[in-house]
Amino acid sequence: MRPRFTPGDKVRVHAQEVATHCRTPYYLRGKRGVVARVFGAFPNPEQLAYHKIGVPYQPLYQVTFEYAEVWGRPQRHTVITADIYQHWLESDH
Amino acid sequence: MTRGVHDLGGLPAGPVDLSEHDRTFFDQRVDAMMRLLAHPEHGHYTVDAMRRAIEALPRDDYFGLTYYERWVRAIRQLAIEKGLIGEDELKRKLAALAASGGKT
Amino acid sequence: MAHDHVHPHHDRDPHAPVNESHGVRPDSALLERALRELLIEKNIFTAADIQHQIELTESRKPELGARVVAHAWADPQYKAWLLKDAKAAIENFLKIDLDLEPELVVVENTRERHHVICCTLCSCYPRAVLGIPPAWYKSPEYRSRVVIEPRAVLAEFGTTLPDDIEIRVVDSTANMRYMVLPLRPSHTGQMSEAELAALVTRDSMIGVAVLAGSQR
Repeated sequence: MRPRFTPGDKVRVHAQEVATHCRTPYYLRGKRGVVARVFGAFPNPEQLAYHKIGVPYQPLYQVTFEYAEVWGRPQRHTVITADIYQHWLESDH
Repeated sequence: MTRGVHDLGGLPAGPVDLSEHDRTFFDQRVDAMMRLLAHPEHGHYTVDAMRRAIEALPRDDYFGLTYYERWVRAIRQLAIEKGLIGEDELKRKLAALAASGGKT
Repeated sequence: MAHDHVHPHHDRDPHAPVNESHGVRPDSALLERALRELLIEKNIFTAADIQHQIELTESRKPELGARVVAHAWADPQYKAWLLKDAKAAIENFLKIDLDLEPELVVVENTRERHHVICCTLCSCYPRAVLGIPPAWYKSPEYRSRVVIEPRAVLAEFGTTLPDDIEIRVVDSTANMRYMVLPLRPSHTGQMSEAELAALVTRDSMIGVAVLAGSQR
């Protein structure tokens, strides 16, 4: 699957609820960030966790989040990054 | 919103305990078993399945057990799931070991 | 390499296991033995496989990462390669096979930006070059707090950063494992790579510590 996003793209993490295995942390759901790096495509861990093959592979991105966006209060010079699979991201332009 | 017991980012917590512990033989064996069973080439399940099994532990176990105690419970779950061992035969084995006082 | 902690008096390898199952409940110990014996009986693996795996895991220590850091400090071209394609650069330099290991990324600390690595969801860690993660890295306290109050957490390690440096908390949530390339201490220009490697601590490669003489 060709990556949908490139470095510099503004993205938002889906705000959905899941009860099954997932590698998108709760504290980042619904948050807006910027794509910093594009890694390759990897099998979907949400499927691998249940002994499935994990296709389609999902492009993986390092996304940077400003502290205020994540925690709702300002803190200068503090950025959080997380590696998020494409199916958890939507464009936020 | 559903939040897994393991999904800890941002939750209130106390100071970080910086003390270092040597790994015990138990730790080493559990770690080795996990790496063999979840080996990318000749394993029986993925590290993702391990994580899922650990995340499904009851809250008291997740916070009350040591790191490798959680792992050994996940190994039990997955070994049975994948049919590597049977639940009954594990029960029998545990009973036999307990009866022998854990001696060889 | 430099040590982050003090060892109590031992007249043997201070990192050898101290005992069989300290702090572990009897039912856990029994379960481990039962699983191991059953899986061996069924030829899922052998006792030799377990021993071999233990030795392989123990062979990975922070000294490996320290050597990579020293080499990157000494060789700007290698550093550029390391930052671009860590796995290939590390395999090439250390002559170890990382084919079956997770992906590696090395992030560089500068005067403008300080990285600190964590895994809020579990314990993902660059084991191939740093060995086994310390207990605190896997603790609920570190995992919960480093993403929301990184400076306070770093202060608990005795680390204070200038106010105007950007702290970048790197949450290892997926396939990538991260290692920090720490700032090189000043007045080390004449040192050999071996001498440089001896300065590098495990904690500086996680980002909870900076090396003496590397700050403004």
